Amino acid sequence: MEHHTTILLIEIGALLFGLGMLGRLGRRFGLSPIPLYLLAGLAFGQGGLVSLRASTEFTAVGAQIGVVLLLVMLGLEYSADELVGNLRSAAPAGLIDMLLNALPGAAFALLLGWDWKAALVLAGITWVSSSGVIAKVLGDLGRVGNRETPVILSVLVIEDLAMAFYLPVVTAVLAGLGLASGLSTLSVAVVTVVAVLVVAIRYGGEISRFMSVKDPEALLLSVLGLTLFIAGVAGELKVSEAVGAFLVGIAISGPVAHHATQMLTPLRDLFAAVFFVFFGLSTNPADIPPVLLPALGLAVLTMLTKVLTGYLAARRAGIALPGRVRAGLALMPRGEFSVVIAGLAVAYGVDSRLAPLATAYVLITVVTGPLLARLPDYAWFKEIIRKRMAAQRAAQKPLPSME
Amino acid sequence: MEQTPLPGIGVRHDLVTSSGRTVGVVSHRNGRRDLVLYDVDDPDSSLASIPLTDDEAEALADVLGASLMLGQLAGLRQQAAGLLTEQIALPAGSPFVGRRLGDTQARSRTTSSIVAVLRDREVIASPGPEFRFEANDVVVAVGTRHGLDGVTAILAGDDDG
Repeated sequence: MEHHTTILLIEIGALLFGLGMLGRLGRRFGLSPIPLYLLAGLAFGQGGLVSLRASTEFTAVGAQIGVVLLLVMLGLEYSADELVGNLRSAAPAGLIDMLLNALPGAAFALLLGWDWKAALVLAGITWVSSSGVIAKVLGDLGRVGNRETPVILSVLVIEDLAMAFYLPVVTAVLAGLGLASGLSTLSVAVVTVVAVLVVAIRYGGEISRFMSVKDPEALLLSVLGLTLFIAGVAGELKVSEAVGAFLVGIAISGPVAHHATQMLTPLRDLFAAVFFVFFGLSTNPADIPPVLLPALGLAVLTMLTKVLTGYLAARRAGIALPGRVRAGLALMPRGEFSVVIAGLAVAYGVDSRLAPLATAYVLITVVTGPLLARLPDYAWFKEIIRKRMAAQRAAQKPLPSME
Repeated sequence: MEQTPLPGIGVRHDLVTSSGRTVGVVSHRNGRRDLVLYDVDDPDSSLASIPLTDDEAEALADVLGASLMLGQLAGLRQQAAGLLTEQIALPAGSPFVGRRLGDTQARSRTTSSIVAVLRDREVIASPGPEFRFEANDVVVAVGTRHGLDGVTAILAGDDDG
């Protein structure tokens, strides 16, 4: 027992230190830490370089907490008013996004000869862009003030909100409850989400006042406790832990949300790292080469559909051609949500090729996405766009004179 | 001035100037503010995004706000010939430090009006008779040459009229 605990400390310590070093290295190259954490997980899992045994249980629990914290932080970033306001103005963009990106994923899975459950999972994986990575890229490239940025953000918000309905359905379907009960959990989820939004808009102030900002320690414990509790209850009801946590984040607003964000951020960083490593751990690196080509194909296809999504969404908002291209290229990276969805599939034992495919897919998009997002800043790219715009103008001009 | 919410980040205000340029301010939820300048060829894209601290933003707002105020006064002066605008610093030994504007009876005695007071880089427009002067205030007055000299004298306390 004693011996086991010390080995556990050594393993976790070495792992976290290694992740810290990797993260630093990644930052130097402007790389998101997510792919590095996944690679670290691959290296230390079954069939990897070194196998971590004593800390398996810890990483499994830590990964669960990581998902809950990722989602509660996402919820804290948005207020209920923002979500509802966005839903009104950008619902068509969200619909385009779903059709263009979820359907190719599902079709691809069916093409590979997988069953419809795997298709449902893969649809989710290709649908959701990584809000974390994209927000970082926009900040790094100094595009927060750009006029296409609200378009990008509202697509992300709608995707995140859609997850509150998608995850319960997937959880129920994967748990083998069948499509009918999947739809019944969906209705539970819809009622819960609407109720939470209404309560948050009407009584958000009261909920937040209940938790005092003055005592940071008590605030940390109460917010974290409430989140884990609600996530657990949601998980028991098969509505998915992640959605429960997301809704807690939305319900908390104002100064409490601000302080909770500050305090939970380091915890989120820690456990989210554990989560990505855990996902990598559960994938055998030897399984990746056979799915590498399909993953590459899927990545190219769905990155192109994301470009089209961004283009169309920005055009709806009256953005000119260069902005449309920027919006499209920025939306490409998939990240934390795709891994969360794939993690669900792994937990319930869907097609064994799904986890390696998802790993390779996320690795490809999350590494190349932010690099491609820089394209519009290069002079030669601007030149091409300028010529396209000049050609368009020339094509449009003769029209009035013909009348 | 157009306001656009940025979900998860904050809010952006922007303005298209009469010369066709766009300037904006991104207010982050964590209190950070960026002054954003937009490209002429591609008005959707920001050329530069300049983070401002609280003090810097306040100083910039003051300069823009105060010059606007004084600009309006200058316009007024051009419209009515013979009418002047003057900034008069309240002398350190002025009997009116801590007293009300109404006590000066400046308007009835000199036919000049005190239209604004500059205090700590802030513009207090059209102060009422209940307004209390403080040391280091600068008074902006409108009137004829003779009237303005009268106000200066009253504020200095060496008015015997």
